[in-house]
Amino acid sequence: MTATAPTTAATTDRALMEGSEALVRAAIAADCRFFAGYPMTPFTEVLEHFAELLPDVGGVCINAESELEAVGMAWGAVAAGARAATGSTGQGLALMQESFSEATLAELPLVIFNMSRSQGDYFQATRGGGHGDYRHIVLAPQDVREGMEIVQLAFHLADKWRNPVMIYGDYLLAHTQEAVSVERVAYPPLPAKDWAVDGSRTGTGQSRSVTPLGVMKVGQRAFGQEGKAQYIATKMAFLEREARAESGYVDDAETVIVTFGSPAKFVKYAIAQLRDEGLKVGYVRPITLWPFPVDAVRDAAQGARVVGSFEISSGQMVDDVRIAVAGAAPVEFIGGVSSDHSGFGLGRLLDVDEVRERIRALHEGRPQPVVPGYDEFTYEPAPHQLEPSGHLEVTQ
Amino acid sequence: MSSTTTTPLGPVIDTATAPVSGARIVEPKTPDLLLTNTHHLCPGCGEPLAVRTFLDAITELHLVDQAICVLGIGCYTSFGSTVDIDLVQALHGRAPSVATGVKRMHPDATVFTLQGDGDMVNEGLQEVLHTAARGENVTCILLNNGVFGETGGHMTATSVIGQRTKNTLEGRDPEYHGYPILIGDLIARLEGAAYVARGSVHNAGSVARTKKMFRRAFQTQERKEGFSFVEVLTMCPTGWFIPTSEGPDYLSSTLGEVHIMGELKADGVIRTTEELHDENVRKAAEMEAQLARGGLED
Repeated sequence: MTATAPTTAATTDRALMEGSEALVRAAIAADCRFFAGYPMTPFTEVLEHFAELLPDVGGVCINAESELEAVGMAWGAVAAGARAATGSTGQGLALMQESFSEATLAELPLVIFNMSRSQGDYFQATRGGGHGDYRHIVLAPQDVREGMEIVQLAFHLADKWRNPVMIYGDYLLAHTQEAVSVERVAYPPLPAKDWAVDGSRTGTGQSRSVTPLGVMKVGQRAFGQEGKAQYIATKMAFLEREARAESGYVDDAETVIVTFGSPAKFVKYAIAQLRDEGLKVGYVRPITLWPFPVDAVRDAAQGARVVGSFEISSGQMVDDVRIAVAGAAPVEFIGGVSSDHSGFGLGRLLDVDEVRERIRALHEGRPQPVVPGYDEFTYEPAPHQLEPSGHLEVTQ
Repeated sequence: MSSTTTTPLGPVIDTATAPVSGARIVEPKTPDLLLTNTHHLCPGCGEPLAVRTFLDAITELHLVDQAICVLGIGCYTSFGSTVDIDLVQALHGRAPSVATGVKRMHPDATVFTLQGDGDMVNEGLQEVLHTAARGENVTCILLNNGVFGETGGHMTATSVIGQRTKNTLEGRDPEYHGYPILIGDLIARLEGAAYVARGSVHNAGSVARTKKMFRRAFQTQERKEGFSFVEVLTMCPTGWFIPTSEGPDYLSSTLGEVHIMGELKADGVIRTTEELHDENVRKAAEMEAQLARGGLED
């Protein structure tokens, strides 16, 4: 069986450390004993710290030859009953998508560290870039402190539901230095993993099978293709119970901003400033991007005049906000693409003054301010692109 | 009445007429690790033979209560439900990585992959190469029939020159389709690979030899000496579009002439497929010479 050393090796007294290290220490405190990954900024340091710290607790970290293999190795470790994880950033996670969707069918409690380059990977994370009919729980911490608890929650929820769970962070989460103490979080006990393979049941007539397919061992109840799909679909409905959100100033808010991850800290700060000025603005911060906290957003929108979605993207979560608000108030997108020269989502929009004026404009019914220089690369269609293309114009 | 005639090679049994006494089973033939006596593959398929051969090896080496199979995607995937072995189903091509994760968490288990040529040499080539290079202490088993059997007979990376498949209708043309990969030779060169062999199941002799290869491979893993690999050439008359009875001969005269049987790496000695070929040619010439002198010598 897996060697497990006391988890105290990963916990620390208060110390200044990089976000990645704090997250990794939290994972090890949660008994994660296997990690496989492939370096890619801004995720790389997660891999570095796992490589450094896992051997000390009898664990294993493999620098895989590509993301395809990294997720495969984690798949194997999870199937063997260990708490295991992989991770990357958007492009690398795109390579892993086939495994993510099939891991859901195989009911593998895999944890995925997504240190994204921007919030433009919201769809990838919540809709799944992979094939098939599946969902993952996606947890989006706003900072390192919350991230340390969310990492441990991720391992707990993954095991609780036997479903992959993703931690959606970003450059700021992975690279911000904070003074933190890593402590083990206690969760309710979970049943033993009698489904995991260790070879001991081979030849007994009761051998196990960890598989995304609908077939099972001869003599065991098989799902069939439709049965497996039905089983997973009904399971997903239960996962929706895990929705989590933080709300602030929403009771009397005329304007409600929905925001997640690191940018949420900027929004919350700006809203506190606007409240000081007397503006009735509030916020909802989804902590789970899936399941989306529909109730929290809907409740906040009930008395609101307008709802805004602030994201560092061209507008993705705004779709979920509109579904949750369900017409109770107009929903507007007030974020935008915003990047530093390396493409890590740290551009001009991620600035308290900028965020505050966007919220103020929404609250006062004015157009969103134009960020200087942001109209430099707006798309201009060629004349032929504005001509109708004809055909298949269905009339009744 | 059956009768025998004698040739320089020894007696030849006349199979044209029925034997005097009925055929009898001299020992139980069903491997222990099967949950059923049936399989779902085509008549004449070589894969059940190959599976049976490694199941016997596992049983004989007393590895039963510690064996874990990581299964690829192909016709042989159906063995996942019929074989009584703890199983992790992998995606197409991913089995060596999955086996890596399993083995690292259970270092004392006997972990092996079961993959086809499409799974391992097409989709997952880098996985098996890197797993071998890491010296990962697992055994990878390749069932090589030179064709995508499950999709209905399409060219794979191991299809031989001239082989007709559904997407090489005029035969595999190296100018257009490229050359087959001799996967065993690639793996044998890697430092982390400890045992590499290529067997076959087209006749009783090749099955017996292949079983020895499986035994050596699993023993290599037991002794934690590094990566072990056994390739088995298997008949696929359906995917080759030939009558079932012609499978074994087709195998030995096509795939078997290119992917030549033998140990490519054992006890630290590497032998290339070319060397195995030269050895076979030399042995055949010796045999011819012996026959010309009146009979085979010891």
